[in-house]
Amino acid sequence: MMHVGAKRSLLGAILIAVVVSLLSAQFNRYYRDVAIDVAINIVLAVSLNLINGHTGQFSLGHAGFMAVGGYIAAKITLVFGVAAAAWSQPLIFLGALLTGGIVAALAGLAVGVPSLRLRGDYLAIVTLGFGEIIRVIFQTSETFGAATGLVAIPKWTTLGWGFGVAAITVYVVGSLVNSTYGRGFLAVHDDEIAAGAMGINPVRYKVTAFVVGAFFAGVAGGLFAHSKTTLSPTGFDFMKSIDIVVMVILGGMGNTVGVIIAAVLLTAVQEPLRALGPLRGIVFALIIIVLMMLRPQGLFSFGKKKGANA
Amino acid sequence: MHWLQQLVNGLALGSIYALIALGYTMVYGVLRFINFAHSDVLMLGAYSAFYLAPRMEAVFGPQSAVGTLFIIIAAAAICAVIGILIELLAYRPLRNRPKLTVLITAIGVSLFIEFTCQHGAVFGADTKAFPKLLPSRELHFAGIEMASNDLLVLVLTAVLLFAMWFIVQRTKIGMAIRAVSFNEKAAALMGVNVNRVISFTFGLGSALAAVAGIFYAMRAPGIEPLMGVQPGVRAFIAAVLGGIGNLPGAALGGLLLGVLETVAGGIPGVSIYRDGIAFAILILILIFRPAGLLGRAVIEKV
Repeated sequence: MMHVGAKRSLLGAILIAVVVSLLSAQFNRYYRDVAIDVAINIVLAVSLNLINGHTGQFSLGHAGFMAVGGYIAAKITLVFGVAAAAWSQPLIFLGALLTGGIVAALAGLAVGVPSLRLRGDYLAIVTLGFGEIIRVIFQTSETFGAATGLVAIPKWTTLGWGFGVAAITVYVVGSLVNSTYGRGFLAVHDDEIAAGAMGINPVRYKVTAFVVGAFFAGVAGGLFAHSKTTLSPTGFDFMKSIDIVVMVILGGMGNTVGVIIAAVLLTAVQEPLRALGPLRGIVFALIIIVLMMLRPQGLFSFGKKKGANA
Repeated sequence: MHWLQQLVNGLALGSIYALIALGYTMVYGVLRFINFAHSDVLMLGAYSAFYLAPRMEAVFGPQSAVGTLFIIIAAAAICAVIGILIELLAYRPLRNRPKLTVLITAIGVSLFIEFTCQHGAVFGADTKAFPKLLPSRELHFAGIEMASNDLLVLVLTAVLLFAMWFIVQRTKIGMAIRAVSFNEKAAALMGVNVNRVISFTFGLGSALAAVAGIFYAMRAPGIEPLMGVQPGVRAFIAAVLGGIGNLPGAALGGLLLGVLETVAGGIPGVSIYRDGIAFAILILILIFRPAGLLGRAVIEKV
């Protein structure tokens, strides 16, 4: 949770990320890649938590926003970055990530404005549909490599970038929710009608949550693209969205620390789980059902219950 | 003539959507939530028929009408039981929980069924050829071609829709369903056994899904564990289009969506975005008429 020293913690976290990044050549490549995945998943889970947890909406389209950001960022890098001088590459990367995030945020706005007048279950379907539409668009667009996707994206995502962005995401989402303005998110989550009666505009808060969440999902997509070096439309299907949703549910909706723990844990067990093969999905589904029955507030939520009472 | 042909094809597809949409809309009527697992019940219906077909063929001979009727009834019964079990095990314990919890559980149940069926020990993820249940003939009428199976689907759907209307409007249990849908607490106070009504609704909806699943499989190139997802989502959109909770609305929405999709699929240039059309319709309807074509706007009271 945020406190007075939040800014200091943020700067500290970014500093540590950069230092670790400089030393990262000594780490085992495999573990480095897993660590970068952890960072990307933290960004995704914390940004989805703003929508699903704090604001109490239910989006199933996070992978769609991630795809938008990833494709846009990768395209920018491929067009401008590959031939550019070495010193300018971090700047181009930053620009690509931000542009990807902004386009994803615009997509969030485009989905959010019409659909956020809707209640939970409608929203889930609309966001699901949106994710599918995005995938179809990329799959048919020649500019974005159609079904093959984009390849040979430079591997620019380092530990520093990954955890730097993760720290910024946690800081921005945390500060937003804990600000005077941000109390509105929790109010909308707890009771939309009561919040409206108190002079809070629920639709505006929902759209804001969507736009901010989509922005960070887009940035995460950019990091993802520059970490895996290839992008294909099938990587951003419904299951990817579900993976992120599970992180948020497991951590406890609206519980930032819990969601971060869940993102780290789930990413770390991804590889061992892969050994389960086809059983992996069954286990995932069972986790969702059992958690909803026994601990809807998530594994890591203690004390006051904030999650899952939309 | 070309357009008339498209219309007929669209109606055949749309009537299947309508059957599925009825299940969504009835469950929504009594429980006010979207049963995400409905599309998987549809898939289970098709698989039931797939495994029943050789046994029926052994008794009644290949492509017999009586055998097919038995297959449809048996698959509907199997799926009714599955639907009732899903409600009993997964949704009933959460009856008074927040809606979001139930929604997430429903997604969990849907994924559970899909992944379990994809596992090699169950059905396997590969596409299986669906047996030809009935002899297929091309019918010609005033220049329009129509497969005999499509015509059968249309007629059977119409019969089932009428049966549904009869059950809901003219029987005692139907009255109980309407009562629970109108006001669950008041219905309970009037002596309606709410749990039984909800079980019945799930059973009925799942049986319809099974029939729809078989019809869908007869038109599709084959069956696989994820086959229910696409028609399921479209049927849900059809239910919203007609006004969720509204039975004639679901039928109308299904037919309309089937026709629109088929017509759009026939226009060059638009056809690659065919998959997006249903969602575009959904978004439009939610903006301009969120209660659906036949639905009434309900004001939420505090």
